[in-house]
Amino acid sequence: MICNIISYLEYDAEKYPERVSLAGADISYTYAQEWSMVKKYGQAIAYRFGSENKPIAVVSEHKPLDIIFFLSVAYSGNFYVPIDPLLPENRIADMLSVIDPHFIIDNDDRLPKGISEKQRVAAQDLDCEAPQASPWLERKDTDPLYVLFTSGSTGVPKGVTITHRGVVDMTEQFCSVFGFEDGSVFGNQAPFDFDVSVKDIFISLKTGGRLEILEKKLFTLPSLLIQRLNERKINTLIWAVPALRVLSALNAFRSDRPMFLKDVMFSGETIPPKTLEYWMSSFPDVRFVNLYGPTEITCNCTYHIIGREDKLDRAVPIGVPFPNCSVFLLNGEDPVLREGDIGEICVSGSCLSTGYFGRPDLSKAVFIQNPLEKRYSERIYRTGDLSFKKDGKLYFTGRKDTQIKHMGHRIELSEIELCASSAPDAEVCACVYDEEKSVITIFYTGNTDSLSLLSHIRKTLPRFMVPKNAVKLDDFPKTRTGKIDRKVLLQMAKDL
Amino acid sequence: MEKILEILEGCCPGVDFETETALIDNGILESLDIVMIVGELSDEFGIEITVDDLTAENFNSAEAIFNLVNKLKEEE
Repeated sequence: MICNIISYLEYDAEKYPERVSLAGADISYTYAQEWSMVKKYGQAIAYRFGSENKPIAVVSEHKPLDIIFFLSVAYSGNFYVPIDPLLPENRIADMLSVIDPHFIIDNDDRLPKGISEKQRVAAQDLDCEAPQASPWLERKDTDPLYVLFTSGSTGVPKGVTITHRGVVDMTEQFCSVFGFEDGSVFGNQAPFDFDVSVKDIFISLKTGGRLEILEKKLFTLPSLLIQRLNERKINTLIWAVPALRVLSALNAFRSDRPMFLKDVMFSGETIPPKTLEYWMSSFPDVRFVNLYGPTEITCNCTYHIIGREDKLDRAVPIGVPFPNCSVFLLNGEDPVLREGDIGEICVSGSCLSTGYFGRPDLSKAVFIQNPLEKRYSERIYRTGDLSFKKDGKLYFTGRKDTQIKHMGHRIELSEIELCASSAPDAEVCACVYDEEKSVITIFYTGNTDSLSLLSHIRKTLPRFMVPKNAVKLDDFPKTRTGKIDRKVLLQMAKDL
Repeated sequence: MEKILEILEGCCPGVDFETETALIDNGILESLDIVMIVGELSDEFGIEITVDDLTAENFNSAEAIFNLVNKLKEEE
């Protein structure tokens, strides 16, 4: 039984030492090279900083070396927390204060000065003599592997803590369901602080495959992207929906197209029918898979292989659960059993996160005892996503709260509102999301102009959370009970 | 040119389009910005911007975009 993801790398390095495991635009590593670096850095981390299951922040700009650092941290018996240095400083400071890292790996010295007192190290600091050791073998599979952040409604991002066991389970189930070929070539689109990338990293290790990192710029220049996909013979894409949407909206396959594709898997948000139709008609022999799941259950808990006979103009189901995981619907504490009835998606299994890092209060609200299991203890995760079942398949219908999916990311609208109302001279703020056009609009009262308000938000929150429009109101439309009428606001936003 | 600046600023508020000359090379415009900009330019000027037109040279500055639009308008 595999208890630690390092086992995958150890096996690959033994079996396929000369195979390229990891590549970027102008650099590549074989499995033997990757293993020797991970071992060297991992032993140095353990020797200099200990191997006591502590969080280590890794400043990550979507480069192959980042992955070597992640694996080195795991080798050292600690766990990694990717930090994107291009996020606003306040956001980075919030994340660092949540995890309180043991130290920070910042190889290119990218983190703003003064943001943290913690020691920072680069590759050369880890290039030192350290005793031969395998601290990862001392860990157990319920120990954390990484923490990834997601939007929190209280205004502070939540650190979702994921175990080796969760990732090994995800990897094994993906491989058993989809049967990736030995030596598949994965084209990684998602940045490493986004959990879509977790699948690329570990499934390629499991299959002895090659992970090709596709830098962000390629997605603004689709002809270069297609060229890269062909040059490197990339055959598997596990992407966020917006990346697929970019290529369909730009009619990217008009002249050249990727020639080696076998699998296109997507998640992050509901795929627009036009996007799916464009891709499926461009690649009649490729398998397309819709994946669903929040970060808290390690990537995905349901899948649907899209049939050529499926009606693409209708909603695509999120499908059926992966093996070794239960996905069921609850209405409060009661099961939803009848097809067509709507309930909240709940998940149990090895894939569950151990909760939000340092926030047992937030964890307790959503990681709960299964109300349907009275005989023994079983944790479930309440996703807050609503769904119904039809012909045995689940369909996503929306949220219980005001959380939205935008550019593939989960966003709590209340987090944007809290940030906006902390701007000087802003009073009440309320956000709405026009799903059709993927536009966030913020309405506000107070003595500030819309540009200053938006620039305040831009300094505090990640780019994907910044509203497109800010509209000043004298007073908010209210419902009969005196609450802000969000339906009226949404209509106003659509009419802008 | 003014219309183009208006479209660009509408798509990505906060970017200084009048002086910036490395919109693509410095990653200021992201892929979804390009989608929005290409959509608006096509609607506004009745042109078709194809994937071959999407190069860094054509999109690094407002002026380059202006030149591209003019070129495509002449070809119509």
